[in-house]
Amino acid sequence: MGQTEIKLGGFGGQGIILAGYIIGKAAALYDKKNATLTQSYGPESRGGACSAKLIVSDEEIDYPEVLYPNVLIVMSKEAYLKFSPALIENGSLLYDDDMVENNIEIDKSVRAYAIPATRMAEDLGKKIVANIIMLGFFAAIMAVVTKRSLEEAIKTSIPKGSEELNLMAFQKGFEYGRKLVKLQSDVKS
Amino acid sequence: MSHDPAIRTGEHFLNGDEACAEGALACGCRFFAGYPITPATEIAETMSRRLPEVGGVYIQMEDELASMNAILGASSAGVKAMTSTSGPGFSLMMENIGLGIMMEIPCVVVNIQRGGPSTGLPTMVGQQDMMQARWGSHGDYEMIALCPWSPQEMFDFAIRAFNLSEKYRIPVLIMADEVVGHMTEKVVIPPKEEIIRLYRKKPQVPSNEYIMYETNGSLVPPMANAGDGYKVITTGLTHNEQGYPDMTAEAHEKLITRLCNKILLNKADIVEVEERELSDAEVVVVAYGSPARSAVLAIKKAREQGIKAGLLRLRTVWPFPEAEILKLAKQAKTIIVPEINKGQIVREIERCAKGNCEVILISKLALIHTPDEILEVIKNRRL
Repeated sequence: MGQTEIKLGGFGGQGIILAGYIIGKAAALYDKKNATLTQSYGPESRGGACSAKLIVSDEEIDYPEVLYPNVLIVMSKEAYLKFSPALIENGSLLYDDDMVENNIEIDKSVRAYAIPATRMAEDLGKKIVANIIMLGFFAAIMAVVTKRSLEEAIKTSIPKGSEELNLMAFQKGFEYGRKLVKLQSDVKS
Repeated sequence: MSHDPAIRTGEHFLNGDEACAEGALACGCRFFAGYPITPATEIAETMSRRLPEVGGVYIQMEDELASMNAILGASSAGVKAMTSTSGPGFSLMMENIGLGIMMEIPCVVVNIQRGGPSTGLPTMVGQQDMMQARWGSHGDYEMIALCPWSPQEMFDFAIRAFNLSEKYRIPVLIMADEVVGHMTEKVVIPPKEEIIRLYRKKPQVPSNEYIMYETNGSLVPPMANAGDGYKVITTGLTHNEQGYPDMTAEAHEKLITRLCNKILLNKADIVEVEERELSDAEVVVVAYGSPARSAVLAIKKAREQGIKAGLLRLRTVWPFPEAEILKLAKQAKTIIVPEINKGQIVREIERCAKGNCEVILISKLALIHTPDEILEVIKNRRL
């Protein structure tokens, strides 16, 4: 994959920007690729719709915006409705199905992967790690950055003392993703 | 290698604002006075956290007039000092930037440009203060303004801005934009011994023989620290070499000419441009800041379609790269200028092109140009 363009969306406070930052950091510092992160910035970063845009590339990155993402990660229905039309055909959609709603009509031309990340985070006792569960899920499904680099980036981007919880959340999301991928390939074969 | 907590040698994933603050610290900045404003707030935030760690001082001031005065005061006492702001604050700083120019006090002012006028569009990108950077304070003077296009350059240009300000004793502007300020990329901070850190020329005479603005044939007088026992006399009024007000045409002519010449006669040292694919280019995009990143992709696509397109990126905007533009205008048929304003630097380019080629502005507000928007103009002009 030469260049991957990722869009992440959700509510302010869900750690959407941090999730984008962690993937970018994993790519740029630990996988030695190029990464450029931009973000929609404004009052929405304190509650409303919020998004981060990340380009990961083996080449130099010039134009920094993501117009048509090939990966969309959403943690709210609003973000799904707002950003999914721009997702390219055969693009990957990773979403929190509790937040986006189970019965939503997902476009058949995209590869959709659902995880109840927020509920899983609540089961861990900390709703705020839902974004990290989503990162684990992302690591299991997409080969953009390595799992190891993501773990390194998480460790260096979160408050000291919360490493264990975050890495556990990451692992939960990763395992959920692995099972889902296996299930889907079993269905196909 | 001794550890210096001010220099975070290594690879980091930083936004442009944070990188700018780290560059300032790495160059020896130890005083920041400012008033937080979107989209420059992360510079103040980073400085407020980092300066106390390295023995420096951070002051949040009551406004931007006071911020500018505070950094002039700190620098007069011998400390490298900076402030950061955006449009509304930049307007308030103008008078005291002029004071810094007149008193010849080194310092760095960072403007992360957003949409204006007035409070305008706080969270979205602009390049609408480019002429204000040149002419915003009253009177005649020459200015130094740098335009970074990435977080790495925010770091590098912070160092360069301090070095130029110390060398030429002038407030130096970093005219970045919101996209560059808020974009996060890898930033490499080199080891301390690889970072060039200039410091103002000090007087070589005993304190009682020191004459404040005596140049001895050079264009930049040595600078004593206020408070070190030297006779430091300075004023915003037109002054003689002693620093005393001198209200004559001769004194004014002499002083203002020197203040301009110390920049103009050193353009070779100050002006930096980056050239891409220019050797055979018939259509040239001239850009600075974030739109230059779109232009890179636009000229790449144009080349793929057989169009001889190139890019001249202005890393220094003031003093203006006049000779470089004239040379280009004689070679190219068309110069295209994407700016996030209604047309500012394009006027300088038209002036310097002297009618040798067509000059086209691509004006856009609040967003950076897409590569295709620039490519369209490249393609259409070729016919």
